[in-house]
Amino acid sequence: MIGNSLRWEMNAFVGFIERQKNLYRRYWAWEAVWLLYNLVSVLSIGYLASGLSTLGLETSRVNLQQTQLYLLVGALLWTYLSMVFFEVAFAITWERWEGTIEYTFMAPIRRLTHLLGMCAASLIYGIARAAIIGLALVALFRLDLSQANWAAALAIFVAATLPLLGLGIFTSILPLLSPEKGEQMAFAVQGVLLLISGVYYPITVLPAPLHLAGILSPLTYTLDGVRQALLHGLSLAGALPDIGILLLMGVILVPASVWCFGRAEVRAKRLGLLKRSG
Amino acid sequence: MAIRASELNTAAVEVDGISKQFGQEGRIQRVRPWRKTSKPKLALDQVSLHVDSGRITGILGANGSGKSTLIRILATLLTPDAGTAFVFGYDVVKQPAAVRRHINRVSVEASFFKEMSPWENMLYAARLYGSGGEGTRGRVEASLERLGLPLDTLDKPMKQLSRGQQQKVAIARSFLTTPSLLLMDEPTTGLDPRSKREVQELVRSIRRDRAATVLLCTHDLQEAEVLCDRVVVIDQGRVLAEGTPAELIRAHAGRDEGSLEDAFMQLTGKRLEEDEEEKEE
Repeated sequence: MIGNSLRWEMNAFVGFIERQKNLYRRYWAWEAVWLLYNLVSVLSIGYLASGLSTLGLETSRVNLQQTQLYLLVGALLWTYLSMVFFEVAFAITWERWEGTIEYTFMAPIRRLTHLLGMCAASLIYGIARAAIIGLALVALFRLDLSQANWAAALAIFVAATLPLLGLGIFTSILPLLSPEKGEQMAFAVQGVLLLISGVYYPITVLPAPLHLAGILSPLTYTLDGVRQALLHGLSLAGALPDIGILLLMGVILVPASVWCFGRAEVRAKRLGLLKRSG
Repeated sequence: MAIRASELNTAAVEVDGISKQFGQEGRIQRVRPWRKTSKPKLALDQVSLHVDSGRITGILGANGSGKSTLIRILATLLTPDAGTAFVFGYDVVKQPAAVRRHINRVSVEASFFKEMSPWENMLYAARLYGSGGEGTRGRVEASLERLGLPLDTLDKPMKQLSRGQQQKVAIARSFLTTPSLLLMDEPTTGLDPRSKREVQELVRSIRRDRAATVLLCTHDLQEAEVLCDRVVVIDQGRVLAEGTPAELIRAHAGRDEGSLEDAFMQLTGKRLEEDEEEKEE
């Protein structure tokens, strides 16, 4: 019985990944535009760092390379994190826009399967896109990664997945609560994460309230930990505190976000908000 | 999903005193003079209904009469404010997962990913309903062929298909999941006469070939008359009458050779067209 149920849910889980793959393929022109936009954004950050010397702000070549690497790691990670966040957070908005939201919500599957399927598709796609941009960076900039500890960076990256998905699921609730304004609110959340998580600067430069918010953001630990590992060779043992914090955040955020999503779904069904037009 | 032997003896749908109102949050509204507030609308008012298994039951009513709200409640997409609703003995509020395994819905708006092809949409549906492995493509092709859709449409984006073709794919998709109860919400609205007739023939074949129960919402009186074993007339969220088309005509048409339209006019005090005109205004 449990085996059958698990098989049923696994089948649906694969269905969501398969569906997203088909959608990415069918909307390939849009995806190409977004990829180009991401690439150009990351490159412009890289060239901004290159241009610092011409402004007389950085004189030492070593410092310039370190600064460039610092910014590029931030830009690349933000591209990945924001893309995964966006895909998960907009899962509901997208279905509402397509007009399939009711069909998906009346399917005989657990909501957890639905959400995890969307998360898995987003992670796979996010990694693929970040890898393409990463290859472009390696080709265009002379990046000194001789100090990098890839194992530690990878471990932090993997640990960051859980809280990132939790945040994404939390944000995907917004369009369920408000069909008209939820999408804009999700963009606002993304913007706040960019501000407080130390994507291009250490969070210590932020004013106290934002600094505090930055401490609570899992992306802060991801960016800081991966940077330490790639730029300064942070050991796996040294990365454990960051990994621990990220896993703890994930263990709290994922179940909490799924529970809140369930409550929001109940509310949406009570108020009749699942319709396409809301 | 096939129904169990024990479920065959229960009614396909049992609705008791369902009410649903929109436009209120269930809490005291603060007075905000700058904010336009809409008047709460009672979509369903103490609706009770019994649908036997293996029949086509029509829910007949004008736009805004509460048909779609009823279908959404049975599809577990809306929760009623009061009353209970059971599908094959399962409570739509307390046991939504069990209900969902027995139902599928064809709505007036074809719910598809428009850029994806019929095949991709149907594969997605199959995955959600426990299949999608080997042999699915063959079953989808057979299903579409039976509906008279050329196989070269299978891999085209849905947006390139006509509305009639899209509706046929929606019906084929519902066949694929073998529901015991098919909820059809105005499946022929907006179709040309030929497509309409083809879809109606499909509805007949569902009962004939699959022994499935069909709950058909329509505001097409002729369609209800020719397709339905029983008809429930609903207006302003209330059930006004129910019976076979012949029974309703006999009891409410007011003359011996009347039609279902005569019966409907007698029951509601107006023609369907009038309601639609009022709604447009």
